[in-house]
Amino acid sequence: MTLASSLQALSITLTHCAKTWPDGSRALEPLNLEVRAGETLALLGPSGCGKTTLLRMICGLEKTDAGGTIRFGSDDVTRTAPEARGVGVVFQGYALFPNMNVAQNIGYGLKIRGVDSVTRHRRVTEMLELVELEALAERRIDQLSGGQRQRVALARAIAIEPRVLLLDEPLTALDARLRQQLRVDLSALLKKLGITCVIVTHDQEEAMMLGDRVAVMSAGRLEQLGNPEMLYRQPASNFVADFLGTLCHLRGGPVKHHHGVDSLTFRPHEVQLQAPGHGLAASIRARFYLGSHVRFELVLDDGQPFTALAGPDAPWQPGDSVSITLNQTHAA
Amino acid sequence: MGRRAWLIIAIPAVTLFIAFWLLPMAKLAGLGAATPQGMDVSAYWLVLTQPRYWQSLANTVGLSLAATLATLAIALPVSRFLARHPAFPGRRVLMSLLIFPLAFPGVVVGFLVILATGRQGVLNTLAKAISGEPMVLAYGMAGLFIGYLYFLLPRTIGVLMAAVEGIDKHWLEAAQTLGASPWRRFVDIELPALTSALTAAGAMCFATAMGAFGTVFTLGTKIDVLPITIYDEFTNYANIPVAAALSVVLGLATWAALYIANTLASRSAQRR
Amino acid sequence: MTHSRFDTRLGLTITLVVTAFLIGPVLLSVTAGLTKNYFVGLSSGLTLDWVTQVWDLYADTIWRSYGVALATLATTTLIGVPAAWVLTLFPGRLSRLLEELLTLPVAVPGLATALALIVSWGSVGWLRSSVLFIVIGHVLFTLPFMVRAVRAGMQGADLVVLDEAAATLGASRRQRFFDIIVPAARSGIVTGALTVVTLSIGEFNLTWLLHTPLTKTLPVGLADSYASMRLEVASAYTLVFLLMLLPLMVGLQWFAARTTRTGSITLGAST
Repeated sequence: MTLASSLQALSITLTHCAKTWPDGSRALEPLNLEVRAGETLALLGPSGCGKTTLLRMICGLEKTDAGGTIRFGSDDVTRTAPEARGVGVVFQGYALFPNMNVAQNIGYGLKIRGVDSVTRHRRVTEMLELVELEALAERRIDQLSGGQRQRVALARAIAIEPRVLLLDEPLTALDARLRQQLRVDLSALLKKLGITCVIVTHDQEEAMMLGDRVAVMSAGRLEQLGNPEMLYRQPASNFVADFLGTLCHLRGGPVKHHHGVDSLTFRPHEVQLQAPGHGLAASIRARFYLGSHVRFELVLDDGQPFTALAGPDAPWQPGDSVSITLNQTHAA
Repeated sequence: MGRRAWLIIAIPAVTLFIAFWLLPMAKLAGLGAATPQGMDVSAYWLVLTQPRYWQSLANTVGLSLAATLATLAIALPVSRFLARHPAFPGRRVLMSLLIFPLAFPGVVVGFLVILATGRQGVLNTLAKAISGEPMVLAYGMAGLFIGYLYFLLPRTIGVLMAAVEGIDKHWLEAAQTLGASPWRRFVDIELPALTSALTAAGAMCFATAMGAFGTVFTLGTKIDVLPITIYDEFTNYANIPVAAALSVVLGLATWAALYIANTLASRSAQRR
Repeated sequence: MTHSRFDTRLGLTITLVVTAFLIGPVLLSVTAGLTKNYFVGLSSGLTLDWVTQVWDLYADTIWRSYGVALATLATTTLIGVPAAWVLTLFPGRLSRLLEELLTLPVAVPGLATALALIVSWGSVGWLRSSVLFIVIGHVLFTLPFMVRAVRAGMQGADLVVLDEAAATLGASRRQRFFDIIVPAARSGIVTGALTVVTLSIGEFNLTWLLHTPLTKTLPVGLADSYASMRLEVASAYTLVFLLMLLPLMVGLQWFAARTTRTGSITLGAST
């Protein structure tokens, strides 16, 4: 039996879960959330928005305020200790045990469960293959690269055949280039395992790449929940729109004159630049050539700044005057 | 290198150290090689071969080891409690009370032990009231052991507290989500992370206990430990070569223990 | 919640027992020093007679201890602060060796240091009979504490860079030392000073061998009273000593809480 087929997929249901710290401050407003069986849900938000607290509540490392319940499938785990919840957790910074080597780290959860050493060895080998670290079984933790540590942490979490998998900023500790690659790898691995998974991240691109659905959080509240495309195209609030990519705002007389509305909200790629003439007049302040496209920083005549993206052949230079039109794909 | 010129200002400290410690110590070590009156071998040979000195050395080592182990065993739960509860009412007061005895010299510690467990001590009064039997610990090895605990505990609690605070909380949480019980987390994760701090604190305790003089001096000069033997040889028998040889042996032992402690402490600090 | 309830209860219990073990005898001593007749108990009434008696008998040792402590403090500051700066400037092997050497008088029992001083300098009559002999011993014992405290202050302030910056602005070595280095190391110097005074006032092991009947310090007087005076007088004398320590320890803790992360203080009275 392969590991992928032995993992079950359970839904996670949070009902009326809130978190108040002992000093009375609210980390999390009462919240209902269902993570569907087998899906990957990304919790996205700025630091301090409560996303890590929410994850720690699912692990059991934080208790919910009275009245909240957490269920895995039909099993109410609200009062179950973290040791007994059967959750696989990848911690931010990975929290690998420095006094154990790679294989010992991965096998630790099995050892705790009293799994005999033969089975344990087989399972650890299987895990090492899964994350492609067969050659490093005996390595000490401080001899591993960041990417290797991330994979060991993942293998350690999966080895216990958890009921749900929880990842706290799994790629934040890595440098940008490696992060890109591991996002693709991690996405493929999660699909292969088919396990229910919650990922906490502050990086919108990561959330959109890894999450089947994304929950955007702000100030202890769930702002919006939906698949990446829906969130981007139909953001429920300015906060969501702004957090998923850049959002520009313009207002005032010329806007009213050309578009018939008091204010405009749009994304940089929705702006079309033309030679001066019809449309809102603006001038180029700065030009950044970025290979696949050119990014322009512009101002309206009255000084309001905004950003526009154009193809790599866009000819305008700082100081040029242009007129803009909008090619909007979503409702502002 | 403009920096070199700064070296000149360290000269007073270095001179004082050489004139009043290094050279005198060298002289003391040399004296230990002399032959005591009425003997035909050097004092070093004497202190290493005569059972009288051996016994004294064995007593000191045994008592210091026992006090060290007891101190670590008691200080560890205290340090863990204080490190894991950074904010409870009265914590500052409690910490101050635990730290205050750091400043007590050995003589005072000895006196406090007498007040608690001596002939007129509370322990004796209580024992007499309860069982009718007197209970006096102060003037022997038991009293000395209590005295050692008294001055070692405040020194150790602070060191271990810092080490417990240095443990990455995520390690413990990771172990917990993997199913480890509190006891397993303590044994598998916490103790290994504390090993070097415990060893360092232990070596420090051992060295401090080995060299303790004031405490024994107050409790009674009949307790046979090395510092008292040295003092006796020097003042009562004027046997300077033997006193010198014993001092050098004792000094080397405590220095070695402390050297190990410092090396381990800096190593564990680097790993963090 | 990685700390279980059992852990917490056990920890709290042991902590309270240890606190009682450490503070109980101190309270006994304070009580004994203020009680008319300790063997009768508190019912015999409270009195300051014993404290007065201690003052009559031992006032000179108290003043002498303060004098020795201040002389020790002056010396360790004058030679210790420059030494700490040199050790900070040269973080290499040699300076580690030097610091290791300077720490030897603390690592090696005071008894051995005192014997070494006596066999080497005891024959210099004026020195042997002077308080200076004791001051020398105290300086050897306390200097490492001063150097360590000052160095900790200097490393925290990233002083090497500041010194180089001042040098590029044209400041001479003397100006840099007094304008940049000493002010930046101020909190370290204060911590070191409090430590030095505390340790010097309580130093017994060296002092017992180095003193003469005319140069008794407070701890020597204490040992004397423990051996020959009635319990109440010995306790009253101890009480006076504790009252002398109290402001120093409060100051040290206050400073440590402000300057170091863990708020722990490094101290080790001679045992």
